[in-house]
Amino acid sequence: MWLTADESEALRLSLSIATRSVALNLPAAILIAWILTRVRFVGRTLLDAVVHLPLVLPPVVVGYALLVLFGTRGFLGSWLQKIFGIELVFTTNGAALATAVMSFPLMVRAMRISLENVDRGLEDAARTLGARAADRFATVTLPLMLPGIIAGVITAFSAALGEFGAVITFASNIPGETRTLPLALYTALQSPGGEHAAARLAGLSLGLGLGGLLLSEWFSRRARRMLGR
Amino acid sequence: MLAVAAAAKRGAFALDVRFHLPTPGVAALFGRSGCGKSTVVNAIAGLLKPDVGRIEHDGTVLLDTRRQIDVPPEERRMGYVFQDARLFPHLSVAGNLRYAERRAAGRPYVSLDTVTGLLDLGALMDRRTHQLSGGERQRVAIGRALLTQPRLLLLDEPLAALDGARREEVLPYLESLRDRLAVPMVYVTHDFDEVLRLATHIVLMESGTVIAHGEVAEMSLDPHLRSLIGPDQVGAIIDGAVAGFDSASGLTKVRVGRDGELRVQAKDLAVGTPLRVQILARDVIVSTQIPERLSVRNCLAGFVTGIQDDDPGSDLITIDIGGAAIMARITKAATRELSLAPKTKAWALVKSVSLRGHSFAVRTPAVAAPTATSAASPGA
Repeated sequence: MWLTADESEALRLSLSIATRSVALNLPAAILIAWILTRVRFVGRTLLDAVVHLPLVLPPVVVGYALLVLFGTRGFLGSWLQKIFGIELVFTTNGAALATAVMSFPLMVRAMRISLENVDRGLEDAARTLGARAADRFATVTLPLMLPGIIAGVITAFSAALGEFGAVITFASNIPGETRTLPLALYTALQSPGGEHAAARLAGLSLGLGLGGLLLSEWFSRRARRMLGR
Repeated sequence: MLAVAAAAKRGAFALDVRFHLPTPGVAALFGRSGCGKSTVVNAIAGLLKPDVGRIEHDGTVLLDTRRQIDVPPEERRMGYVFQDARLFPHLSVAGNLRYAERRAAGRPYVSLDTVTGLLDLGALMDRRTHQLSGGERQRVAIGRALLTQPRLLLLDEPLAALDGARREEVLPYLESLRDRLAVPMVYVTHDFDEVLRLATHIVLMESGTVIAHGEVAEMSLDPHLRSLIGPDQVGAIIDGAVAGFDSASGLTKVRVGRDGELRVQAKDLAVGTPLRVQILARDVIVSTQIPERLSVRNCLAGFVTGIQDDDPGSDLITIDIGGAAIMARITKAATRELSLAPKTKAWALVKSVSLRGHSFAVRTPAVAAPTATSAASPGA
């Protein structure tokens, strides 16, 4: 392989962190998309804004906010450490958390659009067939949302591979721990003679991103065909 | 019995209905589009909660706003066939049917096999729902609703989205459900033809209220029906039974009322077969003496029981012929000349050739299919 050991380490780490962040986001994104689409309550607009905040904030600000909340002396951080012994700052899991927060709105958006397209009439039909709320959600709503879920997962995964600002602020740039592809690329650019490495890493990122988008398109086309649309 | 009382206000639309129907039987909710028929069906299914109301079926209270009873739709066991079928697109035909079957486990009386057999779904089982024709979709939707083992089958204009030929594909299946499974049905439609073919009872609706309800024969004489179906469709509907075949004339004899007899064009019907005959008022001639040497095959003696104003120029004369009522449209001049009045002896003349085609429909369920148990047994 034409990647050096450090570079494959960065690739492996990027994939691992992106996977963890998607796994962390998936249930929460479905829940939030459902709440934003289906529940009418005071403060819905505020929740919507908060969910979308990472899209408009500088990533460094998100990283800083995470430091304040999840740092060793932070409110949630100290609690997590005391009860579960989980450390987030400067760890792979921390990088996954920062990535997750940044890619969350992308996932919610995709799912929300597909949930809005789910025919409520089909849920009513399921009710008359004897399906209770949870049953209905699992057997009708969720399968009909599938194109959006797939699109959301793949888009968020691709974006997670490239998250930079929030990760470097919250989890730093530690080889083998939090140095993902973009961080490795940045490091290469900072060191003399790192141009070739930088070009390779940039090419790799490009390939991964493009592949992700194509895959997403292919999957949602398949899912739509399955639903007969 | 199904007893419905419901009032609801939704924006400018106000619903206020009250009616009861014997079960089993097929009740047609009949009225113009937008008169609230679907709202009533949704209230029975539980998909819409009336502001005030009470719905009871065979002793089970499904809704009583005063006592704060509101059984959710998933527990009401109302088989609902929607106008747009609403099949699940992510499941095959078999998947759709099993979806209902699984959730009705423990109270099956109509099996998946019976349903696929009755509705001819065997060849469709592996299809995706978007590969089905309109008529096939409705058959699957009917099958799916049946597999919930419903107390009632609610059908909301199930044929409205289909063209004439497709409609004709589905109607016989609905007839056979009524006759073989004796499933009670509430059938929403604005097509009188469907009422004629399927219904045992009619609930007439207009702008959110029930204006009349009763048995089809009785309702066919109701003045309220006239404005809904137009003057050409007005006519008595009589449920009779085949009394024999007259091979000389090639006409089937149908016993109506206590001792009336009609001759209609039909063949190969066993004696005793229930037959429904619609006699359009415009096809009936009235005479006050025994007519002789006429080509007309049906000459029924009886008494005038009612004279109603029709349009400015004509009257509708109701004549009782041995327990069944016939309605004739004649000019007001004729009414005067014949001195028609209640209790006048009269003869109603109907050409046999005008009694055919859609005039026939199998009557109320006489026997339940052997698979039916007490859960669906026909009370009578």
